Order: sequence, then C-alpha cells, then structure tokens
Amino acid sequence: MLFFILKRVAQSLIVMIAVALISFIVFRYVGDPVAGMLGQDASIEDSAALRDRLGLNEPVLAQFARFVGNTLHGNFGISYRLQEPVLPLILSRLPATLELAMLSVTIALVGGLVMGILTALRPRSPVSMTIMTLSLIGVSLPTFLIGIGLIQLFAVKLHWLPSFGRGEVVDLGWWTTGLLTSSGLKSLVLPALTLALFQLTLIMRLVRSEMLEVLRQDYIRFARARGLSERTINFRHALKNTLVPVITITGLQLGSIIAFAIITETVFQWPGVGSLFVQAVQFVDVPIMSAYMLFIALVFVVINLIVDALYYLVDPRLHAGSLKNAG
Amino acid sequence: MQGNQVLPGKTTSGSRGRSLLAKISDSDVAYSWWHSPVVVIATAVLLVLVLACLFAPLIAPYDPFDPASLQLMDGFSPPMTTSSFSGNHYLLGTDAQGRDILSTILHGGRVSLFVGASATLFAVALGVGMGLLAGYRGGFADAVVMRIVDVQLSFPAILIALLVFGVARSVIPPSLQESAAIWVLIFAIGLSNWAQFARTVRGATMVESHKDYVAAARIAGKGPVKILATHILPNVMGPVLVIATISLALAVIEESTLSFLGVGVPPTQPSLGTLIRIGQQFLFSGEWWILFFPALTLVLLALSVNLLGDWLRDAINPRLR
Repeated sequence: MLFFILKRVAQSLIVMIAVALISFIVFRYVGDPVAGMLGQDASIEDSAALRDRLGLNEPVLAQFARFVGNTLHGNFGISYRLQEPVLPLILSRLPATLELAMLSVTIALVGGLVMGILTALRPRSPVSMTIMTLSLIGVSLPTFLIGIGLIQLFAVKLHWLPSFGRGEVVDLGWWTTGLLTSSGLKSLVLPALTLALFQLTLIMRLVRSEMLEVLRQDYIRFARARGLSERTINFRHALKNTLVPVITITGLQLGSIIAFAIITETVFQWPGVGSLFVQAVQFVDVPIMSAYMLFIALVFVVINLIVDALYYLVDPRLHAGSLKNAG
Repeated sequence: MQGNQVLPGKTTSGSRGRSLLAKISDSDVAYSWWHSPVVVIATAVLLVLVLACLFAPLIAPYDPFDPASLQLMDGFSPPMTTSSFSGNHYLLGTDAQGRDILSTILHGGRVSLFVGASATLFAVALGVGMGLLAGYRGGFADAVVMRIVDVQLSFPAILIALLVFGVARSVIPPSLQESAAIWVLIFAIGLSNWAQFARTVRGATMVESHKDYVAAARIAGKGPVKILATHILPNVMGPVLVIATISLALAVIEESTLSFLGVGVPPTQPSLGTLIRIGQQFLFSGEWWILFFPALTLVLLALSVNLLGDWLRDAINPRLR
C-alpha cells in the first residue's frame, strides 16, 4: 500500500517539476520580463536596476531554484496587463469557478446516474431510445454551441434566466458566493447546465454499460431465482456494483470540468479563473499564463492521486497484485 | 486505401488480377457502407461540404473580403431577400457589414477544414513516428515516450492546445503574429492530439516486430528505417486511419472553439468559430441567421465526420462484428 502510494506521489512530483520547468522557461526567456514589467519607455538605468533586483544576472539553475521557491510561497509575479499581483487575482476569481464546477459535477452525476439506470433497465423503451439518440448528438456538439443554444432558448426567447455574469454575490470576506441570492442562483443555472451536459452523457453511457454488464452476472440470476423483488435486485445488488468505476471516472472528470470551464466562462462572461486565462492568452500576459499552468497541473495531479488511492482502497484485487510485486 | 492486409476477407484468390475498382466494390467495407443509409447520407453531406468549401472562391456568390464589393447598406438583410439598394440576392442573409453569410461560411469552412486537416496530418506524423520508435526500440525510448503520452492523455486536448498556443504566441515577435497565427494554431492542435496515435501505433508495432517476416527482413540485412517504413508501417495503418477520422472531427471542433474564444485564427481570415463568435453578438437583437448558419455548418461537419469514423471503426475491425 505504502509503496504504491509513494510511487504515485513520486510520479506526480516529476510531472509538477516538468510543468514548473516549462512555466519557468516561458516566464524567463519569452520576451523580456523587464520590458514586460516596466513598459517600453523605461530608462536603461531603471531596467538594469530591476534586472539586478529580479536576479536575472544569476546562473540559470539559481534562478530556477528561486522561481520554485517563489511559487511555493505563492509569489507568481505581477500581471503585465492588469499590473496587479497574480495570486490575489486568481484567488478572487476562484470561488466563481469552483461554485460552477461543483454544481456541474452534481448535475452530471445525478442526471447521469438516473438516466443511465433508466436506459439500462428498459433498453427498448421509447424514452431510453430518445435519450441514447440525443446523447449521440450531444457528444458531437461543441460545448460553446450548447451554451449559445441554451442562451437562445432560455434567455432570448423565454426571458427566464440571465445570460451573462454571476448576478448578485455575497462577500464572505474570503469567499464570494452567488448561492445566497436569487439572481446569483438564476445566473448559475445555464452555465452549470452547459458545463455538465458533456460529462452527463459520459457518466450516463458508463453507468448504462456497467449496469448492463452486471445484470448479466450469475449472482443476479441467482437473486432472481431466490424470488427477490425487482427493486431489491436492481438497486441493492446491481447498482451497488456499478458504482465503483462510476466514482473513479467522475473524480477524474472533475479536472476536465475545471478545464472546460474556460469555454463556458467565456460564453457566459462568467468572472472565473478560466476567462482570466483566456484573456491572458489573448494579451500574452505571461505571469498569469504560467501561474494558471501550474494551478491546473496541480489540480489534475492531486485529483489523479486521490482517485488512485481511492481505487486502491475500494478494489481488493489491487492489494493482491501489489503484494506480489513488492515481494 | 492503404491497408490491403488489414481489410478482412477482401482479397480472395478469385479476385486477383481484377481492377482496383472492382476489388473495392467487392469488399466487405464497401458492402457495409452501401447497406447503412446513415453512413451514406453522412458521406454525401461531408462530400458536399468539403467540395463547396474547397472551391469557395469559385462558387461563393460574393467575395466577402473584397471591400469594393461590400454593400454596407445591405447590412442585416434576412435570409432569402433581394436588396432594394444593390439588387443583390442573399440566400442566407448578411451580417452587420453587409457581407453575404453564405460566402463567409464557404470561406470560413475552408479555413476550418484546412486547419483541422493540417493539424490532424501533423498529429498523425508525430504520433506514428513516436509510436514506431517506442514500439520498435523499446527500453528507455519506450519508457520516456509512453510516460509523456500517459501524462498528456490525462489532460483534455483543448487545454493543451490553449497552453501550447499561449506559449507559442509569447515566443513569436508581435510583428509576425498575424501571419503566423494559423501555423501556430495547427501546431497547437496537432500537438494536443498526437498521443492517441502514438499509443495505438506503439502497441501494434510491438506485436508486428515480433513476427517472422520482420525477423526475415532483419536477417536479409535491411536496416531498421527500411523495415519500419516498408513492413511494419503498412500493417499498423488500419487503426491509425480510424483514429485520424475521429481526430479530424475533434480538430475541427477544437479549431472553432479556440477561434470562438478569440485566440485562434486572425480576424482577417475568419473561420467557422470566428463567425459564430461574431454572430453571438447579434443574438439579442434578433438577427439569428448570422449565428445560426455557421453553427449549423459546423455541427453538420462534425457530426458527419464522427458518424463516418464510428462506421469505419466497426467496418475494418472484424472482431466487432
């Protein structure tokens, strides 16, 4: 167990160092950081002083070490475009993205489970056929078109929901939330649906195929022979055994949801981390870009690590395998 | 088509010596194509779209990038109208500057298809090359390439494309950015899609390189490059073809997503994504056609390529039947 976890942690560390290296190279060698900070018309003395202060004359390895040190202290530099420190900028936009992502995962998980079970238990019913056909089309549709379609229907035609922004938010000091006001909640509906839809179809198809697989097993036939009710068989015996892969896949999708939030946030002008990053790419704002790169890599590495550990705890077959390998 | 060897039951002794056309029409793949109406329709839609976009300069009714022919007075004409100012007929309406939507779609689709196809070609070349290297050499090269593939596959392609695009943009001096944007975009999308190919080709190469004919070629004194190119490559191309088709749809969607986000092609060469980005501004004022027709084109393009890819996967893999 310990060996398995340690190996995974080591792998994650290598990935993080690689990303840090890329991000350092971009930050240090792309363009001139001094020109980026001081602007085009700074005097030669000014830029020489800043160059010295930033330690740009030291050996590369020492610079990389300091870059990692700064990063670990949460110092990502100053945004070229907004002239503000990067970390507070990202932190101030993080609540918007996280609230959106959490709600989306919930919608995707609940919707995917319900529809997956439905289509697995009644594969030939018209409702299941409709759901399966729609999901096929849904997978081919780009996320931003789904968002625009929802805006067209619910904001332009029906005037039910707002089409952009977060609505009124409540400032809790360290966190701003849109969950406490009605306009905040209303604003959350369309972006969350857009972001959830793709993951929902994925989870639904997974639940469906796993459930169909389990329902074919001998112990289900035996349960039926014992005269247990359909309800007990379906939900007590079958569903329980389909949940393990569903939980792991959903965990891994959490990272994708944060990544896809870039698109959704742009469509709905949502003030989150993703739209900050898109603007940084548009304006070649290197400090924000490299900070976001590290942030998203950290999110993915941590999620992968947790899912691996969970998987290991849940699936006893892995224990036997690792015992053999570890000697 | 490349894979004589991969098509099951295609060459029997009786068909030897007949023309290629007769061989193809006799094959299982052609049979399965002809007998699935959805696929036939998808092929037809795709052909029409690709040909129309390819010959856009010839068949587009107006030149949307020629300022001289622009009719500002015709701006916001709804579909199927003839302008009372210029006498021009607009089948799909016009945008704010009076550009004919049909013409901009044809030219935009051309950009989208060019970027998508080039990026896929780049991804195939890189992925197949890396896969062959990893599968044939094994050892350290294999370990390094496969570790990179594993890490890359755990990130969504669109995120990698955005990051590569951002980094590449900051490397290129501002004066060249406009002209280099399309190539940077192709590079970024290609780099986000190569891992799939590498993984598949690596597995197939490992299987093939342990077969007797490869050993025979090695004994005959052929070098590794020649063996890989003439013996192993043709036998691993079947699955590559399938992934390439699906990857093409993904690349077109990726391109339009990036352009929609405003970080793709330059505004002087609008792609379908750029057109949708522009159209979104007019959603609330009721000019739905500026958005609707480019979006419809993109969906038809992606859907038909996806359907073809799904069918191809089943058709050339006998185990799935």
